[in-house]
Amino acid sequence: MDSTIVLFLVQDAVINGAIYALIAIALVLVFAVTRVILVPQGEFVAFAGLTVAALEAGRVPPTLWLLVALGVLAAISSIAWHWREMEPRRFIGVVASTIVVPLLLILVTKFLAPLKLGLAANTILTLLLIVPMGPLLYRIAFEPLAEASVLVLLIASFGVHLSLVGLGLAFFGPEGVRTAALSDASYTAGALIITGQSVVVIAVTLVLLAALALFFGFTPTGKALRACASNRLGARLVGIPTSVAGQVAFAMAALIGAVSGILITPITAIYYDSGFLIGLKGFVAAIVGGLASYTITALAALGVGLVESFSSFWWSTYKEVFVFTIILPVLVWRSLRSSHLEDDE
Amino acid sequence: MSPAVRKWLPPLFAIAVLIAPFTGWMPAYWVTLFNYIGLSSLVALGLVLLTGVGGMTSFGQAAFVGFGAYTSAVLTLDYAVSPWLTLPVSLLVTALGALLIGAVTVRLSGHYLPLGTIAWGIALFYVFGNSSTLGAHDGLSGVPPLRVGTHALIDPREYFVVVWIAVISMIVATRNLLDSRIGRAIRALRRGAVAAESFGVNAPRAKLIVFVYSAVLAGLAGWLYAHFQRSVSPGAFGVNTGIEYLIMAVMGGAGRIYGAILGAAAVTILKDQLQNILPWIIGSTGNYETIVFGAILVLVLETAPNGLWPLIAGPSPPPKVPQRPQAPLPDREKPAAGTPLLRVTAARKAFGGLIAVNDVSFEIAAGEILGLIGPNGAGKSTTFDLLTCVTPLTSGNISFCGKALAGEHPQDVARLGISRTFQHVHLAPDMSVIENVALGAHLRGSAGTLRAFAHLERQEDAALLSNAKRQLERVGLGEQAMMLAGSLSLGQLRLVEIARALCLDPVLLLLDEPAAGLRVGEKKELARLLRELRAEGMSVLLVEHDMDFVMSLADRLVVLDFGQKIAQGAPTDVRADPRVLEAYLGGVT
Repeated sequence: MDSTIVLFLVQDAVINGAIYALIAIALVLVFAVTRVILVPQGEFVAFAGLTVAALEAGRVPPTLWLLVALGVLAAISSIAWHWREMEPRRFIGVVASTIVVPLLLILVTKFLAPLKLGLAANTILTLLLIVPMGPLLYRIAFEPLAEASVLVLLIASFGVHLSLVGLGLAFFGPEGVRTAALSDASYTAGALIITGQSVVVIAVTLVLLAALALFFGFTPTGKALRACASNRLGARLVGIPTSVAGQVAFAMAALIGAVSGILITPITAIYYDSGFLIGLKGFVAAIVGGLASYTITALAALGVGLVESFSSFWWSTYKEVFVFTIILPVLVWRSLRSSHLEDDE
Repeated sequence: MSPAVRKWLPPLFAIAVLIAPFTGWMPAYWVTLFNYIGLSSLVALGLVLLTGVGGMTSFGQAAFVGFGAYTSAVLTLDYAVSPWLTLPVSLLVTALGALLIGAVTVRLSGHYLPLGTIAWGIALFYVFGNSSTLGAHDGLSGVPPLRVGTHALIDPREYFVVVWIAVISMIVATRNLLDSRIGRAIRALRRGAVAAESFGVNAPRAKLIVFVYSAVLAGLAGWLYAHFQRSVSPGAFGVNTGIEYLIMAVMGGAGRIYGAILGAAAVTILKDQLQNILPWIIGSTGNYETIVFGAILVLVLETAPNGLWPLIAGPSPPPKVPQRPQAPLPDREKPAAGTPLLRVTAARKAFGGLIAVNDVSFEIAAGEILGLIGPNGAGKSTTFDLLTCVTPLTSGNISFCGKALAGEHPQDVARLGISRTFQHVHLAPDMSVIENVALGAHLRGSAGTLRAFAHLERQEDAALLSNAKRQLERVGLGEQAMMLAGSLSLGQLRLVEIARALCLDPVLLLLDEPAAGLRVGEKKELARLLRELRAEGMSVLLVEHDMDFVMSLADRLVVLDFGQKIAQGAPTDVRADPRVLEAYLGGVT
């Protein structure tokens, strides 16, 4: 193993680590605001990748129909759970957000998709199709369970994941996709070739992280989300609607997932069920970061990327085993550092 | 439901279940399906204990099923051991594996624990799938069936009896365990270990017991699976199956024994029927069953967030408490009044730069009530935590009956005869009052887990419960013994905590603001009780804000302010002390 290979593996690790960091931060965000461990986070990644691939080929992405299906379910769910206090204005709001918006997106997408407008348009269109899925899922599955225990929310989260993977197969089919690189440029630094793709991944990740930091630090919505995260009851008492906070958190998770999907599909082939493993690795980073600290989470994600890329070089059949067993000592160490007499919930 | 029905319903139902396949009313298809339900029930039952009662979420149970299945398969195939003989070996191997894995796992806290179980769940799955001894990805086939004499139990109806006898006996064993001294300790642990540890429960050990027990249940299911399926392959033991077991336990009602069986049945039948019905409705064979299954799972949880069983059966019934008075537990020898008991010498606690307790010294003698008072933030609660070894000393010394307490665990402190109440009530709201109180007597029983399974410790347990009942009557809550602790008022809960502390038969009783939230009448009762205890030779350390209460009771007072002792002595002297007046009223000039 010479230094070129080491550098190559490190570059690989940094790229994957960046993606895992994004996923992990989305998981931390959603958990902090809603106490949901978002198992379907990976589905946003996979579905975004599959959507870009369809647009690249000039096809109408099946994501549309998925979005419509989720919209109808969300409408049914919202109306069923809030039937008693449903005023006309609210009813119109529900229908507008769950039925009208997806229908408008159908028109836009059907018109634009065959035009093959290129990377920027595809990216925007994909984000438009994936991001609404977040709040819709929250309305369907998690809003009615807002008071349930973390365990019940987790199991419901698995239910949503199972359904989405099933829907993914039904809508996208079993074939894997790989999209064109985001940039064809390449730079040489000594023995190392740095691809434009990896530069884009890192740059986008950094921009997104910075944007998140600004959002949480300076905007009223970001501050409201932080308030919900630290004390849900307190936030509600000062007039922050926790349900809206939940929808915003889910929308951001979907956005981060979609961006990760667009970034990763040129590097790895994405199938309808690829999301779970990507999400699980992000989850590893999130947990090591204690589901709280964004900095440690990002570092942990980089660690996961490193372990993965080096173990796949040495011992590829056991790559996944390696990633998951190496975290055990980390978990023990983190547990010993946190107080052993803490109360659960 | 009348008590007689409650008593006879389960055994009658059990018999009905066991003869059901031979009546001819149960189609062969359903017999086989119910065999699989029985197998899953065993694993889900383990999860009810581990996750629902013990609060430890595990995704890795399928791996323990694999331990049991592979052990028996290898022994019967490669070494021609009789399947019946492999049963104890399978269980032992699973238990040993669980002991090793659990030693690490149960120390994981919060969200680290579920992730830990995913980690070793995935790792073990890959080990099963890549080990040539275990047949790698193809697994092992041709596992011999169970035999009675020369008759092989191949007919699913016969195997049904074997499976469901196992399920029924494990239901009984699990029920017995939960309704025992060890079981109460385990149940109390979920709401935080602080209280349980203060009464001598070794929390990591109790958690490990649950972990190993739930793994052994999974191992038993694995052994049954190997000889029913007659082949073993790694696919059945992955994390996905582990998740499914967890879904069963939660859907049925995590924490409820029959919920495990209901959940296993619901999930198994649902998945099976979806596979049969959906192609018939939709017409093509897609992956539609997972879509619908996931959707139904979410819907069920939305309608019944506590699971299906509580929806049907309501809240769990309270324990049976012996009506006849039992022989009292042997009491501890109390030291003669006036002998020095607790000596605190220059105790200091620093949190970073903040010195919460600054070189405080005082003594408590046997048979006296010492009041520890001071304004908010004076360091009273920290002193309390130092005495009970919840927080370690930064420097200084605390000794009890001549024994240094530094470095001891809260459970050792309890063993020495110091018991306490908490400023913020630490009771399990979902347990009955009497069970909460009986936790205080944890160290006065000795029966272990194995005797609890068979309920061989009924006499000891009855003595513990009747002692708890007596202490409850003593604090005036005899009537509330059977109610859920969560339904009592705050004042009553404080009294429950005192009853629990008395159950330990302490030499020294530490009370942290016992009168807060009590009404005037209740305060008088409490004062009477504390005087009575003093007369019996018990020492009491009283941290209290209610000055009238503490002044009328305490023999001596120690006053803290900003972590320092500013006065001590008889209540009348302390009341006149200028430094005390200044601390409480601000600068009197």
